[in-house]
Amino acid sequence: MNVATIYIDEVARQGDAKQNLLHVCLSLGYDLPYFCWHPVLGSVGACRQCAVKQYRNEQDKAGKIVMACMTPALDGTRISIADAEAAGFRAAVIQGLMQNHPHDCPVCDEGGECHLQDMTVMTGHRTRTYSFAKRTFRNQYLGPLVNHEMNRCIQCQRCVRFYREYAGGTDLNAFHLRDTIYFGRHEDGVLENEFSGNLVEICPTGVFTDATLKHHYARKWDLQMAPSICVHCGVGCNTTAGERYGTLRRIVNRYNHEVNGYFLCDRGRFGYEFVESDQRIRHPLVEGRTATTSEALERFAAMLREGKVLGIGSPRASLESNFALRTLVGADRFFAGVSDRELRLLSAMLRILQEGPARSPSLDEVEHSDAVLVLGEDVANVAPIMALRLRQSVRQAPMQIAERLHIPAWLDHSVREVVQDAKGPLYIATPYATKLDDIAADTYRAAPDDIARLGFAVAHAIDPGAPQVMGMSPELDKMAAAIAASLLNSHHPLVVAGTSCGSQSVLEAAAQVAWALCKVGHPAALSLLAPECNSVGLAMMEPHSLSEADNAAKRDPTSCLIVLENDLFCRGPEKEIRSLLANARHLVSLDHLRNQTTEAAELVLPAGTFAESTGTLVNNEGRAQRFFQVFDPNSEVLASWRWLGEGSQAAGFTTKLGCTLDDLTKAMAEEMAAFASLPQVAPAQDAIGKIAREPNRYSGRTAMLANISVHEPKPPDDPDSALAFSMESGPDVPPPSLNPFFWSPGWNSIQATNKFQIEVGGPLRGGDPGIRLIEASLQSDRKYFSNISAAFQAHAGEWLVVPIFHIFGSEELSRWAPGIAQLAPSPYVALNPEEASRSGVSAGQLIKVTIGGTLFDLQVLLRVDLPCGVAGLPAGVLPRGITTLPAFCSLVPSLTESCRGAA
Amino acid sequence: MEKPLTGNFRPDKTAVSLAEYERAGGYQGLRTALAMAPAAVTERVMQSNLRGRGGAGFPTGTKWSFVPMREDAPHPKYLVANADEMEPGTFKDRVLMERDPHQLIEGLIVSGYAIEADIGYIFLRGEYTCSNECLARAIAEAKASNYLGHNILGSGYSFDIHLHVSAGRYICGEETALLNALEGKRAHPRAKPPFPQVCGLWGKPTIVQNVETLCNVPHIVQKGPTWFRDLSLTEDGGTKLFGVSGKVKRPGLWELPMGTPLREILEEHAGGMRDGLRFRGLLPGGASTDFLVEEHLDTPMDYGNVQKAGSRLGTGTMVVLDDQTCPVGMVCNLEHFFAQESCGWCTPCWSGLAWTEKILSAMEEGKGSTRDLDTLLFQTKFLAPGNTFCAFAPGAVEPLQSALKYFADDFRRHIEERRCPWR
Repeated sequence: MNVATIYIDEVARQGDAKQNLLHVCLSLGYDLPYFCWHPVLGSVGACRQCAVKQYRNEQDKAGKIVMACMTPALDGTRISIADAEAAGFRAAVIQGLMQNHPHDCPVCDEGGECHLQDMTVMTGHRTRTYSFAKRTFRNQYLGPLVNHEMNRCIQCQRCVRFYREYAGGTDLNAFHLRDTIYFGRHEDGVLENEFSGNLVEICPTGVFTDATLKHHYARKWDLQMAPSICVHCGVGCNTTAGERYGTLRRIVNRYNHEVNGYFLCDRGRFGYEFVESDQRIRHPLVEGRTATTSEALERFAAMLREGKVLGIGSPRASLESNFALRTLVGADRFFAGVSDRELRLLSAMLRILQEGPARSPSLDEVEHSDAVLVLGEDVANVAPIMALRLRQSVRQAPMQIAERLHIPAWLDHSVREVVQDAKGPLYIATPYATKLDDIAADTYRAAPDDIARLGFAVAHAIDPGAPQVMGMSPELDKMAAAIAASLLNSHHPLVVAGTSCGSQSVLEAAAQVAWALCKVGHPAALSLLAPECNSVGLAMMEPHSLSEADNAAKRDPTSCLIVLENDLFCRGPEKEIRSLLANARHLVSLDHLRNQTTEAAELVLPAGTFAESTGTLVNNEGRAQRFFQVFDPNSEVLASWRWLGEGSQAAGFTTKLGCTLDDLTKAMAEEMAAFASLPQVAPAQDAIGKIAREPNRYSGRTAMLANISVHEPKPPDDPDSALAFSMESGPDVPPPSLNPFFWSPGWNSIQATNKFQIEVGGPLRGGDPGIRLIEASLQSDRKYFSNISAAFQAHAGEWLVVPIFHIFGSEELSRWAPGIAQLAPSPYVALNPEEASRSGVSAGQLIKVTIGGTLFDLQVLLRVDLPCGVAGLPAGVLPRGITTLPAFCSLVPSLTESCRGAA
Repeated sequence: MEKPLTGNFRPDKTAVSLAEYERAGGYQGLRTALAMAPAAVTERVMQSNLRGRGGAGFPTGTKWSFVPMREDAPHPKYLVANADEMEPGTFKDRVLMERDPHQLIEGLIVSGYAIEADIGYIFLRGEYTCSNECLARAIAEAKASNYLGHNILGSGYSFDIHLHVSAGRYICGEETALLNALEGKRAHPRAKPPFPQVCGLWGKPTIVQNVETLCNVPHIVQKGPTWFRDLSLTEDGGTKLFGVSGKVKRPGLWELPMGTPLREILEEHAGGMRDGLRFRGLLPGGASTDFLVEEHLDTPMDYGNVQKAGSRLGTGTMVVLDDQTCPVGMVCNLEHFFAQESCGWCTPCWSGLAWTEKILSAMEEGKGSTRDLDTLLFQTKFLAPGNTFCAFAPGAVEPLQSALKYFADDFRRHIEERRCPWR
């Protein structure tokens, strides 16, 4: 940091000379109000709220009003925040903002966590003198996730700046002018951008609010909250989950500089409602009948004592639950609850990240990459928040244009005016068009094998020592050369790939590119996307494959099969799963929601979701992050690992599982070297004083259960963390990993985050949560992959079906959230219009498709972006029976008068 | 007296054709310029002391000198004629464009040459349909005669002009809002730095210049800076188009030496007040300038002297207030305009002007209070330069702040009598 001495109210303070005065003042802890500025959106000088008095020198006593956000923090700058004129001006700005504001705080969802409320109090404006009619607007229907109430708008412009300029959305805009600017869509309709939910937090007041919260509203101060981790993709965004009266009410962003920063995707923010789904399993079920915990445990113990136990783990269950199962059944009988192909991919991914020289980057590093190659991933639908980061990455290289003109990076609109449409290199090779294509330097649509070949060709172009790809077309060779040149020309190159294509070649090709860059002395980052919230954690436990479970069950028909948080029917062909289940004498399923596996189970144990249990997940970066129980469900719902521990205890087994999370993580650290640092993910239960999950102003504590009993119950104990189900805190400042919510005196909104960062917009004080469990072998001299696949050959009458990902619909749990369900697609088969027309099928037509020997009725969707010979099915909303893609399909003969020649 | 800007005007008020323009010495300035180095053209303009005629009065040559001129300077560079003449009471550029469009085109080409611009735009007020036709015709004529286009007159310099008709908002006349509008974005002003000279339209070096300013340029190049400076009665060079509207005997527009006394314009050229009416005050340079009153009538009309009198020369087109017209009503009308035209970007502007407008309107209806006077005074200070994002709001409250000073009694009567005394 280039340090500048700034005199604030005649006190010399140190700040970042490359920043503006508002940034510096807030970082130093001053309460300087603002609206239009945001740490990642920068300064535009619209609201005029952060006015301070600036003095030319020590002799200057008059000074002049300047906007702190628009004034560079140059060395020797002298300002006053306390100056009466400046303070008066700030109060006057609030007075102006409040002219049309409806003052409807008591009935506004934002009340109690409203930045406008906080800033109004901060400036001291309290008497309303404006006596004329307020302007009013008609509100719009913006979809099931975000609510619109324009009368509250203060015209700070943050919403459109975030939505359009930051997130790349196009369907929200500012209309009209003067004091009647309207922020909305050109007509009512669902907001199209997958980050629209962030408007809830970006808006400093109640224009955009959480429409799902509205159905079960509670004030922030009335929520019992805990730090959580999003379970709806493999990225592991940090969230804060809030509960009231025993039900989960909402999710908001929890700042983690390294992971999600300030933002969440809409699946992550609104997927939580699955927790309160009517499909929830809230009591143990023995042969379909509701049972008590003790009955269930008795039955479970009896099954365990009977003999061989097989366990199938889960990529959406915590490390602790998977480990508890693995310990209970033994490592030899612990199987992965994913398809064999997916396990192979995940294992390959782990090997690549651990044995190769390319480092897996944090999302902050992803954002600061200045040349990116994406191979095979529809990032916006698979790991949406990474797409938001990649969208910023293309701004890195052109920043030099602004630097040359001495325009600071924070002067947002000036930078954008200078940079215009210049973008850093982002290359995307995927089977179908993605939402990031609009910012890509070039795109390539191809089958997975061809995508891999492009990657290998890029690697060869970077390092001729890497194997050459034979039979490339001249155009593709040219593209590979251009990509290689861009990556070599950058300071922080990044390669992104993952498991979405179902292709190990694609993973290896991505690794090859990153390794080639490392080899030629140009260290590259390699970000590999994993499908689920703990896919990486599961793979790190080295489970056996699912098909081996079938063999094991066949070998020993007396065995008891325990399925952890998993619907096996989503993991493998129905026939095979049925055979596996039929071969086990007993089937025990632990899960949150009813599904085909729980229906088939003899014993179903109600497993706590992220909201009712504590555990650790490993994201695609290899970062272990802990989520904490938000509330005591006051029912038979328990963490899976606790069910397993209690079951094993009831069966009289001696295991190292222990009774608490700390026991479990300790055992895990001792048993498996990969998890040696697991206990450090968050402080142990007794390491620090208790931290209240409930805010100081939590209301109704003594009254909320008075209809049941007038005696206030003792708050439940939390044996698993330092968090308390209470309003009472110990003296310690919560460390970031245990911070249940961001709040600071005078800062009730999410903007209180400022108070917890070393510098606003920077890392959290005390370190960003999470511990990396996977590190690259930087000195590795791993050999290049040489098994380069042949080019994809399309055959007449046959299509390679790839999964098409949908942010809403492709993830299992969030599909049970009503808002998300409403936005999910119906099953379809996507075909290229040209091929469809040659096969005589048209859009919307219901046709019969054979996939893996099974016939399906599917509606035709035409997508011009699909390459020849490639078809698509919506991932996650596949018809029953299709579990692993890619696979080949054909249209039934009557419809496939195929005239498509072999390509 | 020389009238370089209006000397060619046809008595029938139709536009001067290319042939007529050439006969009167048109495009000689361009020929002269093309024989000079671009830097020499800028130097000549700088020496002439030509100041921007759009209202701010920034020295034109100095502005041009900020444009990067080295070999590696970014291209295309742009030159934009600000023809978005929307200041209430102002109609000088319109006359120049309707009567002698080639003068503006030549001004653009010569100025473009000086900064090595590649593309020119005329950003024209939407309602100026007649100007639109005249300019379109003139541009076509100039192109046909190779005054415009590729390799102009064999000089190796190429320059094209696009005529862009505004969708119509006052703020588009603010140079950076104009650039945003031209880029197809919302017309709110941009932060400076970067200045348009370095980073303007589509991120490239851009000069935005008022129509009247550009029209002066060919004459300066042709006849020299000394000639130009000598046209003026005071130190700001050249002639100036002065206009008078309001209840005077002969409202109109005249090209007069810079520094012509206000009284002379009002009494000799505009013929004084209509019979039976007394002069109460005037806005010297359009709606966004402070009132001047009787005591200021001997002010020479140039940038420095009008400022000394407490106002701004602005566009030099004055709006006269007589003793039979309600000053509160006049200010109310103006503030209604400004409140409506606020782009809505910064809080003081959109909130302050809306409140101001409502108070004045209430006063006119007899619903004003003494506290309202405090609020009005407060708003004029709240909307002061530096407090707002651009110069729009400070300009908007100039007539109000001076009206509160010079016509305080009229405001008080509205409140005390609970009515507008002129109704």
